[in-house]
Amino acid sequence: MLQRAEILGVRDFYRDYFAVAVLIGAALLMVGAMLGAGRLIRPVRPQAEKYVTYEAGSDPVAGWGQSNARYYIYALLFLIFDVEAVFIFPWAVGLEGLGTFGVVEMTVFIVLLALGLVYAWRKGVLRWA
Amino acid sequence: MSALLGSDPLLIGDIDFTVVVIVIVKTVLVFALLLVAVMFYIWFMRKVIADMQNRIGPQRAGPFGILQTLADGIKLFFKEQSEPATADKRVFRLAPYLSILPAFLAFAIVPIGGVVTIGDHRTQLQLADPPIGVLFLLAMSGIGLYGVMLAGWSSGSKYPLLGAVRASAQLLSYEAAMGLAIVAVLIQSGTLSTREIVDGQAWDGLGSIIGRGDTHWFLVPTIVSFVIFLIAAMAETNHPPFDLVEAEQELVGGFHTEYTGIRFAIFFLAEFMNLITMCAIAVTLFLGGPSGPSLTGLGIDAGSWLNVWVMPVVWFMVKLLVLLYATVWVRASLPRLRYDQLMNLGWKLLIEIAFVWAMITAVLKVAQDVGAGAIDIIITAACALVGGFVILGILYLCIPKREEVEEIK
Repeated sequence: MLQRAEILGVRDFYRDYFAVAVLIGAALLMVGAMLGAGRLIRPVRPQAEKYVTYEAGSDPVAGWGQSNARYYIYALLFLIFDVEAVFIFPWAVGLEGLGTFGVVEMTVFIVLLALGLVYAWRKGVLRWA
Repeated sequence: MSALLGSDPLLIGDIDFTVVVIVIVKTVLVFALLLVAVMFYIWFMRKVIADMQNRIGPQRAGPFGILQTLADGIKLFFKEQSEPATADKRVFRLAPYLSILPAFLAFAIVPIGGVVTIGDHRTQLQLADPPIGVLFLLAMSGIGLYGVMLAGWSSGSKYPLLGAVRASAQLLSYEAAMGLAIVAVLIQSGTLSTREIVDGQAWDGLGSIIGRGDTHWFLVPTIVSFVIFLIAAMAETNHPPFDLVEAEQELVGGFHTEYTGIRFAIFFLAEFMNLITMCAIAVTLFLGGPSGPSLTGLGIDAGSWLNVWVMPVVWFMVKLLVLLYATVWVRASLPRLRYDQLMNLGWKLLIEIAFVWAMITAVLKVAQDVGAGAIDIIITAACALVGGFVILGILYLCIPKREEVEEIK
């Protein structure tokens, strides 16, 4: 990996994204064309009842509903694992060079992180009742 | 293996007019491939499920009803669109774009075929090969979540909001498991570039499938990760039995309840595109991508166009079809999970197994590198495993339980 970065240089690093940029353009164009074409051929007959939010036939009670706070705790928990992925991915790629030392270090790291999950588990955060 | 193998040889050196044309042609091809694949997949899914349920399935539009999806799409073009009066109009219109763009982009890193020569340019049959390919995939699946979340939030209606909140918690939960499942593959391959991952699984006789030979598929050494990846991928794409995001009995349509006409079609398209991309990624990471036997055994020259152009693409498509068939099978067989089951499966089972399996893979890999004997390896891995669990178990018991809060009546 390192060798390759040296050969290509930093500016060349972005060259592989050239095709990605072309694809973004193409995708935007297609979605825009789909929505545009739809606008040309579809009927428009405004009626106030059409713009009421869905509610199985009766009038909707409130526009915005409440949602459970537990979802938020899961999002926080996820942060642990997402941040840790930042460390685990480069470690996994470079494992060959790190050897036994790398495995031991990562085991310690993961046990420490798993502690967060264990704590949440014990405190009943993971129980969806 | 050359150090430059990971980057598309097309983009090294000067970028002249021909290169730009080749890139644009490749883009259009990938684009068309994805759209046709979605059309085909929806038809295929309906036919297979119909068959499993003793029905005939679509049969009116085109031969065997193969144009049914197209007919459905065209119908949606002619539908009037409504935006709820309570909606946040700008975000409401932006959300379909946010949902479908990552679906397209994620497919860009999938190697569909081998390396071919067009004129005097060599290029990979894959749209882009960034050195961080796998991270790119995770990033795209993360951005796809914004489409769902913003669509639900901006509708100004309660069912979409509930659907969106559910979706975000579900996608986050399984993204963690998916990332950890991929780690086992990274340990085997030592690179993040999808092209290098596929090259590391090049065909080397039938033994390649079961993990023998100089280069072999990562399927057998990472079999547990493969299963976790498939489960997580289905959860990420809201595929049944994980379709709680749009559980119609509870949430009407989920996050796209208020979307009508062509905008609804775009969400639908994105969902199926994501599913196809995930299966393609699973083929790339675990099943060797385009790796498979060439036709040299039949007396066809290794340099002939059949072996260079066609066979890798054929093998890729065959593997993709097998996985897609498996997803249809799952869709037809399994009932939807309850939300607590979904969260338990993700947090209490998949993440832990993925962790343990990643560590076992790492220990085995390092032991192989330093040349330890088989028994030593097994003993070391077992000790690490038991040690880890004992430590965590003791810590679990040390943490005081949460005091039960009295119910407010």
